[in-house]
Amino acid sequence: MNEDVYVLGIETSCDETAAAVVKNGRAILSNVVASQMESHRRFGGVVPEIASRHHVEQITLVIEEAMQQAKVSFSDLQAIAVTAGPGLVGALLVGVNAAKALAFAHGIPLVGVHHIAGHIYANQLVSEMKFPLLALVVSGGHTELVYMEEHVKFKVIGETRDDAAGEAYDKVARALGLPYPGGPHIDRLAQEGEPTIDLPRAWLEEGSYDFSFSGLKSAVLNTLHRAKQRGEEIDPKQMAASFQASVVEVLTTKTLQAAKQYRVRQVLLAGGVAANRGLRTALGERMRQELPGVELVIPPLSLCTDNAAMIAAAGTMLYWQGRRSDLALNADPSLPLA
Amino acid sequence: MKVLGIDTSNTPLGLALADGNVVKGEWITNVKKDHSLRAMPAIESLFRQCGMAPKDLDLIVVAKGPGSYTGVRIGVTIAKTLAWSLGIPIAGVSSLEVLAANGRCFSGLIVPLFDARRGHIYTGLYHSDGSVLRQLEPDQLVVADEWARRLGERGEDVLFIGADVLLYHELFQRVLGGRAHMAPPSLALPRPSELVMLGKEKERRNAHTFVPDYLRLAEAEVKWLAKQKGERNDGDRCTISANDHS
Ligand SMILES: [Zn+2]
Repeated sequence: MNEDVYVLGIETSCDETAAAVVKNGRAILSNVVASQMESHRRFGGVVPEIASRHHVEQITLVIEEAMQQAKVSFSDLQAIAVTAGPGLVGALLVGVNAAKALAFAHGIPLVGVHHIAGHIYANQLVSEMKFPLLALVVSGGHTELVYMEEHVKFKVIGETRDDAAGEAYDKVARALGLPYPGGPHIDRLAQEGEPTIDLPRAWLEEGSYDFSFSGLKSAVLNTLHRAKQRGEEIDPKQMAASFQASVVEVLTTKTLQAAKQYRVRQVLLAGGVAANRGLRTALGERMRQELPGVELVIPPLSLCTDNAAMIAAAGTMLYWQGRRSDLALNADPSLPLA
Repeated sequence: MKVLGIDTSNTPLGLALADGNVVKGEWITNVKKDHSLRAMPAIESLFRQCGMAPKDLDLIVVAKGPGSYTGVRIGVTIAKTLAWSLGIPIAGVSSLEVLAANGRCFSGLIVPLFDARRGHIYTGLYHSDGSVLRQLEPDQLVVADEWARRLGERGEDVLFIGADVLLYHELFQRVLGGRAHMAPPSLALPRPSELVMLGKEKERRNAHTFVPDYLRLAEAEVKWLAKQKGERNDGDRCTISANDHS
């Protein structure tokens, strides 16, 4: 590469309006995120219509901010990368149409990016990817194990069959009376409690890397319900610790099994739940004990949650591989990772 | 002055390019297909056909609603992003006013409307002196029966315009009798060239702060507000699914 490549990334798949400029797929020149969390808190979750309305209000401001911070103009950009899916369709539409308008107005190549590919490539902003690798992507919307033999070649070897891990966290948090979003609160409580309550682990069939968290969620709700009927108190700390222990055990065990079977050189942790201390610690410890030769990469929190730098990073690699989208690029709420 | 007009607020997809008072090109389709997919390719094609480039533009005009939430957002997002990135202003025109302009040669009352489901319509009341449109009542979301009754009380001839008029044809005939006139199919779709010409006369706005006119709150907000007041939604305020992707 004898010429520097600047890519503008745009991400609006859920409740963050984000834009970023990344140089050569590795260096973050800007990473702007306008969070709508405050707007959705009163509803106890993300309301799609409200998320879409906020995206329209924020989109050009956020892109302008990202370009100003990076000190680039449209003529400096080699490509515009945008999340095309999966996500909330009405929210995705705003980013996709903004990206298409920019690409058209300034004659810049357009690259549609899969949201999960973005989460995985967040790792490239902190460390070099070494193949073959395994990525565990865990967030409010996703729980996936992705195997990569080489750049932009994704193979989903396991995924959730019902709730995403982050979704289960939010529902259990609500049942425990914790504020939205519940994940960080459960993580904090879990550090203070002990996993004394017996909760199930969903291993599914022998050899499967798929996940299921709805049974665990129901077990928590039932336990709380039964205790209430009997007039007993359940310590939220013990429940948080027990719930987290089940989630973390399943995630780490399946990740280690897959890492061994596929003989990977690197394991990446990606997605918003990668901020979870319980998961980070457990995965780190077991990797050290059972797979000492394999590197574990966990990006900093700001790159784990939804952001556009990760979309620009993935988009840069796709751009180098010659991938281009045309102006008929559309938002696809269930876009497959391929 | 070169102007691009964009209307994706309802089922029709409308685009126009004008140079001063000359309409260079106009694009209208009336099929229930994804505006998100088709709007930008259509814009690119129109520019090519008219031998113009985005950098030639001085103004973007957009139909700002009411209509399908998602549809309105697609047009407004494209318009805002083009205007901001090209360093030009944006002007918004009510989607109903665009439709009303089709009746500018009618001497009575002009009533544009879009169906808003469950017996509700988005509508407004306009009058024309033969060239300039005047708005008599603000655009609103109203129950069709109630609107028909209010129009009937005015005792004037009324021209109803819009593809969705068919749905309420009988109601208006029943209430207004011979004073109800239905615009012919050739005038039923909003004309993007009218959008552009109306927009040129509107206030120039900064792209960053431009937002759609949905004419109603999201369903979740209505429910939340009702809960704050400690009362149930009285049913008078119409809401639709929070996930309106029509
Ligand atoms: Zn995400």
